[in-house]
Amino acid sequence: MSDNPASAYDMSHVEEDEERRTLAVIVDNEPGVLGRVVGLFSARGYNIESLTVAEVDRDRHRSRITIVTAGTAHTLEQIEAQLLRLVPVASVTDITRSKRGIERELALIKVAGEGEKRVEALRIAEIFRARVIDTTNKSFIFELTGASDKIDQFCALMDPLGLVEVSRTGVLSIKRGAEKG
Amino acid sequence: MEMQTKPKAKTDTDQMTGAEIVITALKEQGVEVMFGYPGGAVLPIYDALFTEPSIRHVLVRHEQGAGHAAEGYARSTGNAGVALVTSGPGATNMVTPITDAMMDSIPMVVLTGQVPTHLIGTDAFQECDTVGITRCCAKHNYLVTDVDELARTIHEAFLIATTGRPGPVVIDIPKDIQFATGTYVGKDGIHKATYKPQTDPDPQAIKRAVELMKHAKRPVFYTGGGVINSGPEASESLRKLQKLTGFPVTSTLMGLGAFPASHEDWLGMLGMHGSYEANNAMHDCDLMICVGARFDDRVTGRIDAFSPGSKKIHIDIDPSSINKVIRADVPVIADSGNALDAMIKAWGKAKPKDISDWKAQISGWRARNCFAYAESENEIKPQYAIERLYELTKDRETYISTEVGQHQMWAAQHYHFEEPNRWMTSGGLGTMGYGLPAAVGIQAAHKDALVIDIAGEASVQMVLQEVSTAVQHKLPIKVFILNNEWMGMVRQWQELLHGERYSHSYSESLPDFVKLAEAYGALGLVCDDPKELDGKIQEMIDYDGPVIFDCRVTKAENCLPMIPSGAAHNDMILSEITGDEIDEAGRKLV
Repeated sequence: MSDNPASAYDMSHVEEDEERRTLAVIVDNEPGVLGRVVGLFSARGYNIESLTVAEVDRDRHRSRITIVTAGTAHTLEQIEAQLLRLVPVASVTDITRSKRGIERELALIKVAGEGEKRVEALRIAEIFRARVIDTTNKSFIFELTGASDKIDQFCALMDPLGLVEVSRTGVLSIKRGAEKG
Repeated sequence: MEMQTKPKAKTDTDQMTGAEIVITALKEQGVEVMFGYPGGAVLPIYDALFTEPSIRHVLVRHEQGAGHAAEGYARSTGNAGVALVTSGPGATNMVTPITDAMMDSIPMVVLTGQVPTHLIGTDAFQECDTVGITRCCAKHNYLVTDVDELARTIHEAFLIATTGRPGPVVIDIPKDIQFATGTYVGKDGIHKATYKPQTDPDPQAIKRAVELMKHAKRPVFYTGGGVINSGPEASESLRKLQKLTGFPVTSTLMGLGAFPASHEDWLGMLGMHGSYEANNAMHDCDLMICVGARFDDRVTGRIDAFSPGSKKIHIDIDPSSINKVIRADVPVIADSGNALDAMIKAWGKAKPKDISDWKAQISGWRARNCFAYAESENEIKPQYAIERLYELTKDRETYISTEVGQHQMWAAQHYHFEEPNRWMTSGGLGTMGYGLPAAVGIQAAHKDALVIDIAGEASVQMVLQEVSTAVQHKLPIKVFILNNEWMGMVRQWQELLHGERYSHSYSESLPDFVKLAEAYGALGLVCDDPKELDGKIQEMIDYDGPVIFDCRVTKAENCLPMIPSGAAHNDMILSEITGDEIDEAGRKLV
C-alpha cells in the first residue's frame, strides 16, 4: 500500500495555480435558467466571484450571464463543458482567454459627511470621473463606471470620508473588435 | 378549482384539453406502457387515460417504484420510460429514480401534477417546488404554464431524454393547465435551438485513434453503458471492431452485455470488484480504448496510479466526461456506435499487429481464477447460487435486474451476458430498492421473458411493496434473494475498515419471505441446501406468476476480488481479507 493513496475523491495532491476567468454564457431566457447555472456552480464546488444577468436579445429570448470564476486549468475546462451540458445554454465564451476582453462594472456609492471630508469626497470623485446623482446637505451618491479594481480603489478612498453603502452590478464584459462572441 | 372554460372548437381536432394533449402526445411518441400513481393534481390526466385503450398504465404502490419501473422498461427496450405521478409527495418520491436515471444515463420522461397555477407559491396542499427540487438531478425540466405550450414541451422532453447522453426529463403540469383547452401540435419539426448534441465523430480524431490502434502492443477495449445506450447496433459494431483487431475487451458494470461473455477475448468486468485479468490489463496496457464509459471512481481506483503507461482514446457523447477524471490523449466526442462504425471504416483491411505476448500475459492473469471461492456441501455459497441460476436460465430469454450490494457484484461476476439490454442495475447512484420495481418495468415490456431480480434481503425490503404491483398486473417476476441476514457490503466494509465492529448492519426480525409472498398472492420458496437448489430454482422458473425466492446463503462471505479504496488496479485483494489492506487515507474514501 502506498503512502499516498488517492482517488477521484482525493485530488488534493494535484497542486495547480488558480486562474481568474470571465465567462460570457448566452442562455435561452426561460424560467429557472439562472437557477440552473448557479446550481451547477454550487453542486460541483466551483467558485462564483461575480455574476450578472440580463436579457440581451428580446426577439430570440436570449440572456447574457457574465460569470467571474477562478479555478485550475482543469476546473475551468470542466466549468465550460458542464455549462454547455445545460439544455438552455447556447454558448460559453471565455473572455479572459481571448485576451481581447474589456470588463466594466457600475457602482452606486453613498458617502455621508460634512465640512472638509465632504469637499475631499467631491474632489476624489472628480479625479475618478464619478458622477453625483443624488445629494443632501450631509450626503452624496456617486455613480462610477470602470474596471472592478478602480471601483475597489474609489471605495477604499471614500472609507475614511464617510462611506455608508455600496451597490455594484458585478462585472460585465465584451470582446474587442468587430466580431460577435 | 379554477377552470379555464375556453369554448372547445369541436370541429377543430387540434383543440383539446391539457389532459387530452398529454395522452395524445404520449401516443404520438409511441408510448405503450407507463407507470404511475394517481393523486389530486393529476386526476384530469388519469381521467383522460381511463378510456384510452392504447396506453397500458401499470399502477404501482409507491412513486419510487414507478420511477425505477420506468428505468427498467427504458433500459431493456431502449425507449424512454414514462412515469406519471401527482404533486408534492408524488414528485418528491420520484427524486431517487430521477437521480438514478441521471447518473446511469437512462432516458425517462416524468410527468408530475402540480397545484393550479394561481396556488403556486402559497404552500397549497401537496404543493412542492418540483422544478426546483429536480433541477439538479434531471437532465432538464419544465413547469408548463400555458396549455398551448404543453404538446411542444412534451415532444421536446422526449427529444432531450432520448438523444445525446440520455437522461430523465421532468414535466410539471399544474392542474388548471390539464383542464384548460389548447392547441395540439405534433412532434415533427420540434427542436431546441440550444440543444445540439454532437453525435458524429471528428474524422481527424478517428484517424488518430485508429493509427494508435494499429501500432498498439498491449491494447484493451474498456466499454461502458454508452455502448448499450447507443442501441443494439453499437454492440454489433463493437463486436465487429473487436473481430478486426483481436483486442481484449473489458466493461464497466453498466456496459455488461455489449460484448459476449462467452468470447475468448472477454476479460470480465473491471473495477473495484472486477476481474484480476481485466484490472491488470487496464493497468499494464499501452493503449486504452474507452468507449462510452466515464472513468468512474469505482473503475479507476487510485487516480495517480491509473494505467500509468497507456495512451487513452476516450469516446463519449458528453464533452464534460472528457478529461473530467482522466486525461484523454485522443478525445472523440460522438455517439459510441457512430464512432465505432467510423473506426471500423478507418481500420479498413489493415492486418492487426501480433499481440500474442500480451494475450499470453492476460492468460497468466486469467489462470489465477480470481472468482473462485471455497465450495461447500452444507451451505449455499452466494456465488454458487448465481452460478446455478445462470446455468438454469441462460438458454432462455432472460433479463436480470439487481438491487445494490454484494449480491449485485456477485451477479455481475457470475452471471454472464451475451446480449445488450439484458442487465439492469443501479450503477452510479447505487440505489438499494432499484431491482424489484425495475423487474416490474422490464416484465411489462417483455411479457413472455424470464425476468429475475437478483436481490439481497436488505435491499429488497426498501421497495418491497411492488410485489403487489406484479401480482395485480400479472407480471411473473422472480425475486431471487441471496439472504445472508446482513447488509453484506456494509458488513464487509466494517470488517475491512472498522475492525470488525458491525455497527447496525445485521438485520434482526427479518420477515418470513415465504409467508410474505403468500400474503401478496405470490409464490414463496425457500432453500438452504445446495443439493436442493437446482430443483427449487427450476420450480421458480416454471411457476406462472411472481415468486419470492428466499435463498439462504453463507452469512459472512466476502465479495472478492476487491480493489480497496485508494489502491491501484494491480493492488487487488484476491482471496482473503486481513484487515490491513486500507490505510488511513484510504479509509476516508468511500
